[in-house]
Amino acid sequence: MNEDTAVGLYGVKLVYHEPSRETLAVDGLDLNVRRGEFVSIVGPSGCGKTSVLSLIAGLFQPSGGRVSVLGGKPGDAGSRVGYMLQRDELLEWRTIEKNALLGLEVRKKLTRKTRAKTLALLDRFGLGEFRRSYPSALSGGMRQRAALVRTLALEPELLLLDEPFSALDYQTRLILEDEVRDAIIKGGYTAILVTHDISEAIAMSDRVAVFSGRPARVRREFDVDIKGSAFERRSSPGFSRLFDGIWKELRA
Amino acid sequence: MSAEHELYLKRLKRQAALKRAAQIILLALLLGAWEGAVRLGMADAFIVSSPARVVRTIASLYSSHDLFPHIFATFLETVAGFVSGTAIGVAAAVLLWFCPFAERVLDPYLVVLNALPKIALGPILIVWVGAGASAIIVMALLVSTVVTVMTVLAGFIETDPAKLKLMATLGANRLQTFMKVVLPGSVPTLMSALKISVGMSWVGVIVGEYLVSKRGLGYLIVYGGQVFKLDLVMASIVILCALAAIMYYAVAWLEKAIDKRFGRG
Repeated sequence: MNEDTAVGLYGVKLVYHEPSRETLAVDGLDLNVRRGEFVSIVGPSGCGKTSVLSLIAGLFQPSGGRVSVLGGKPGDAGSRVGYMLQRDELLEWRTIEKNALLGLEVRKKLTRKTRAKTLALLDRFGLGEFRRSYPSALSGGMRQRAALVRTLALEPELLLLDEPFSALDYQTRLILEDEVRDAIIKGGYTAILVTHDISEAIAMSDRVAVFSGRPARVRREFDVDIKGSAFERRSSPGFSRLFDGIWKELRA
Repeated sequence: MSAEHELYLKRLKRQAALKRAAQIILLALLLGAWEGAVRLGMADAFIVSSPARVVRTIASLYSSHDLFPHIFATFLETVAGFVSGTAIGVAAAVLLWFCPFAERVLDPYLVVLNALPKIALGPILIVWVGAGASAIIVMALLVSTVVTVMTVLAGFIETDPAKLKLMATLGANRLQTFMKVVLPGSVPTLMSALKISVGMSWVGVIVGEYLVSKRGLGYLIVYGGQVFKLDLVMASIVILCALAAIMYYAVAWLEKAIDKRFGRG
């Protein structure tokens, strides 16, 4: 492992235990993500993609192998790792502002300065006027933006994105992909995106890791050498070539 | 506002007024049929009483300074039973949420305690805490506590796992998760538990008064039954209905106020 590595998975194995059976979810998984790199993970549904994010976040321990996150063990990185879930999971009884501040409250980092920064983030994502609104008043896209602000408010170095656009309608999804990619590049974050949408993976990230079916391991990695925003990438000629390549790999 | 919307609002208002009118007419019809049946000799006033006799009984209770002491006794016992029962029930539910092992261990005991008709414990209560107001309050407490524990705990446990995962990704400890997600998310459950608990407290108090009391509406009902004063029984029941309704609507009002506070309303 070198200085440049943000996340390293080395021969990782994960077994789920249930009373009736045990399931080998991940086996012999190797993946390396450099600092500042944006990697997408695509794979058949139920292959253990989300489990890999949970391992990196330290929500549970691997059954075998080693996971290193930002130079330490997963879980030690604390607020340096931000996690975005499939749905926004905004708390309905909190205003948008209070929702955005939730992580800072929990990490006991709520100061006048961090609060001002969070409010600026809300403004940046067009949520300024909804500060005092409750989530129920917002559209799906606006809600997911508020969830993004909640994640970014803690100023993480590593972003784990677990299909954060899958619950949105297609149009909103394209817009948010663009905004999030922009925010990640400008913020210099390291990011790992789990998705079942190949075009989303190509539009957003620097590299796409294709997972096999259960037990999950990396089947092949594709470098995305297309310039531009998520929008621009979608209409570039290299896009469909990559799409075909990944599609073939997934179906193989 | 468009003319169409105005018309729509007008129709809504008319429907609400119609509903209220129908409710009042239904009550008037019931009372009228009751009074009429007695006046026309179709029913014996000695057995079924009548609205006029109920009013007269309440008036005579009032003039002999018996009305409010009885109402007060019952009301205070109910409030005491409801407040202590709810407080103990919610506290127990919180403890059990924080200690899932204890929750799993105690689950069958709670189920049995819930299924047990609490009246059966009456004689034990009289022996243990004495044949007075305290036995009545403990009865109300018992009846409301168990159902509160069960309802509130179920609400806590039903918290969306995705919300718990969110808190885990933010590094929240169990206390933070409880204070920021589980408890505020269970406010609707808490409110319905309060409504159930109010009703249960009335049951407990009236049952308690049947068993031990020398005062209160439950006592008046039992006494009236024993000396065949059905007027007294009916009058007490009418007062009880009014009190129970007032307390229920007080809780419902509280629920609405809290809903508004959380932007749900």
